[in-house]
Amino acid sequence: MESINTTNEKNAVLQLKDVSVSYSPGKYAVKQVSADIFPHTITAIMGPSGCGKSTLLRAINRMHDLYAHIHTSGEIILKGRNVLEMEPMVVRRMAGMVFQQPNPFPTMSIYDNVLAGYSLNGIRLNRKEKEEIVEQSLKSVSLWEEVKDVMNKRGSFLSGGQQQRLCIARTLALKPEVLLMDEPTSALDPISTNKIEELLLELKQQFTIIIVTHNMSQAARISDNSMFMYLGELVEHGNTTQMFTKPRHKRTEEYLTGVFG
Amino acid sequence: MNQITPISFKSRKAKDKTMFFLVCLFSSLAMVPLFFIIWDVISKGYKNFNLRLFTEVTPSSMDALMATMNGDPIPGGILNGITGSLLIVGLAILFSIPLGLFIGIYLSDNRGKKFARIVSYLTDLLQGMPSIVIGIIAYAWVVKPLGGYSALAGSVALSIMMLPMIVRSTEETMKMLPNAYKEAGLALGASYTNVVFKILLPSGFGGIFTGILLAISRVMGETAPLMLTALGASVVNWKVMEPTSAIPLLIWDFYNDPNLVDLIWSSSLLLLIVIFLLNWIAKIVARKWKV
Amino acid sequence: MKDKIFRSLLFAAALFILLLSAAIVYALVSRSGETFQAYGFWGFVTNAEWDPRSATEEYGAFSFIMGTLYTAFFSLLLCVPFSLAVALFNGEYFKGKKISGVVRSVVDLLAGIPSIVYGLWGFYTVRPLLIELGVSAQGFSIFLSALVLAIMIIPYASSLSGEFLSMIPNNLKEGAYSLGATRLEVVQHISLPAAASGIVASYILALGRALGETMAVTMLIGNTNRIPGGLRDTGNTMASVIANQFGEADGLKLSALIAIGLLLFIITALINLIAKLVMKKLSHA
Repeated sequence: MESINTTNEKNAVLQLKDVSVSYSPGKYAVKQVSADIFPHTITAIMGPSGCGKSTLLRAINRMHDLYAHIHTSGEIILKGRNVLEMEPMVVRRMAGMVFQQPNPFPTMSIYDNVLAGYSLNGIRLNRKEKEEIVEQSLKSVSLWEEVKDVMNKRGSFLSGGQQQRLCIARTLALKPEVLLMDEPTSALDPISTNKIEELLLELKQQFTIIIVTHNMSQAARISDNSMFMYLGELVEHGNTTQMFTKPRHKRTEEYLTGVFG
Repeated sequence: MNQITPISFKSRKAKDKTMFFLVCLFSSLAMVPLFFIIWDVISKGYKNFNLRLFTEVTPSSMDALMATMNGDPIPGGILNGITGSLLIVGLAILFSIPLGLFIGIYLSDNRGKKFARIVSYLTDLLQGMPSIVIGIIAYAWVVKPLGGYSALAGSVALSIMMLPMIVRSTEETMKMLPNAYKEAGLALGASYTNVVFKILLPSGFGGIFTGILLAISRVMGETAPLMLTALGASVVNWKVMEPTSAIPLLIWDFYNDPNLVDLIWSSSLLLLIVIFLLNWIAKIVARKWKV
Repeated sequence: MKDKIFRSLLFAAALFILLLSAAIVYALVSRSGETFQAYGFWGFVTNAEWDPRSATEEYGAFSFIMGTLYTAFFSLLLCVPFSLAVALFNGEYFKGKKISGVVRSVVDLLAGIPSIVYGLWGFYTVRPLLIELGVSAQGFSIFLSALVLAIMIIPYASSLSGEFLSMIPNNLKEGAYSLGATRLEVVQHISLPAAASGIVASYILALGRALGETMAVTMLIGNTNRIPGGLRDTGNTMASVIANQFGEADGLKLSALIAIGLLLFIITALINLIAKLVMKKLSHA
């Protein structure tokens, strides 16, 4: 596992430079965060609730643009282009997002849910392309065997864990550059959580994953690098093993040892 | 890599913008008639909107014709309609409020029971019933058996219209009250009756009162059922069993009598003022006594 | 003891609704019996002749049923773009914003205006406009009454469907946005389909309103006792013929008018039932 400090920053797939997010003028939820994210790694963002970890994640795919009162500044470089100067629709397809609550579209079948990214974007596919994408995406989240015979049923009939994997498949179908996950297992039972964690370890062969989590052991289990945020600031960012064994900051240590959080 | 060929972002964004524009445009257009109607009523009605409107009864068609021929304003006002509306609506309030409150409390307390579901469905049915049909009912129940048109018959019609609205607002308000209110009261050993009258109804006062005000404003302008029941009268009448006029009934009369046309707009203005005032008070009550 | 009396009082009040409904049906059925005895149910419903002259007296409801359907459905058609826009304005585009509160208040006021004032406005302001435009010579028409009716039902259609739209969970919409959809695409593929049965139900209820609306239609439709030949033609709805002719009616004619009231009651009850069923489907989805 490579250390964050020794890697050439040109390899980074995603660079955050002085990213700040404010909900109202002068009130910052994220304060000047800078970090490099490298391909085929899992980065965990940790911190107590309200520390700005989800806010930071949602800045990356421009979700904040949906709300007029939220303002994002700084630079977010994805594949060499500043996300904040791009078309949000393009950004969101390059940076797929998985949410805390599984949110399969209730009016669509499982099949249509996987293809939702295409239909929503008005992209027409022929039958063969569709079937290929559906099979490939569902296989990559190990859901194919479970649902291949009930493809026309609604996604909302699946269990919570299956729903979440369907949502990941829906995101993967668009072949994003990075996968943003906002506490994707916090609404799931331990067994489903376990499955998703295994899945993420497989998926990092193809994708770059950033996962927000309040579950420290989850971060320890699956992530290569970790970011610890506190009160909107990035306190520490580095190799996960190193951070969990030898944190550089007192705050990080206190959080990891359960003094607060 | 992103393999997808993006279809023209420009056209998608243009469609998105067009939709936004259409939503704003059609929403504004939907509101335009309100201003036209209010403008119409005010600009045509303010001339005859004077003290006489409140102190004198409707003139006869002949008197009005003579006055018009002499170039004078039409004599008289709509006192008989104002008193009639007060009488008819007042009686309807008396009939429908106690019943409506009780039924609303019953429904909120017996949710899920089969009988309550039937009652609830019938309440919806009554609410959707055309006012003219309600007029026929009151005609069949009151006018026919008692042998004549009367304020009472009008009140029966209006109270059937008000009842479902009061039931619904009482039920909704009761549902919103935290269950703890009721439990706390019962835990202290209070009787169910006392819990309802001393705790539930007072804490739900805002919602219930708002519902009642809106129901009143709704029936205040009803014309059709009164045509079949109260009929109308050219004098002030406080007798329950006599034909009685009401403001909307007078507007209908004026509409049908070319000599009295000038009184249409001032009466309509008064009616709109009363209705909007009731709506406005209802809003304030709802805001102040929020559950 | 006191509680027992009070509880039975509540139950009696609820029972009253049951009795009231039964009494309504009984009153309508018994008072219209003469008509159905004379013509039979289908004979009355399918006969378009309405002739009160005593020598050739004959009553059928078909013209008025057609007039009602024409007016109500055309007004529903006219009201859809506006009420859908208002619903989207309040339930999606400006959900929770101040401006949406303003729009809602204005629409509420629109619902508060009495039918008879709409009728006056239609008669004195809209009708001359239609004459000017050459829609019809006198202005009175199905078109005129449907136009005014459409404005009257916008509040009913928009407020309910707006509520259903605003209940679409935010995380569903964010899910669609995160896949790169525009707002229109989210509305089209996520919000509208998810709220569909609620929206349909609110339009069904608005249709019910339109079917029973009386005064404005009576003042604008022209009151002729025949099947309207088109939108520019005059006619009568079931409600307007009752309002227009009830006063001077007696005998068979009175019974025929009450029979029309019974039909109107049945239709609105059915509409209510259908709306209920559609909404039930929503809660199961």
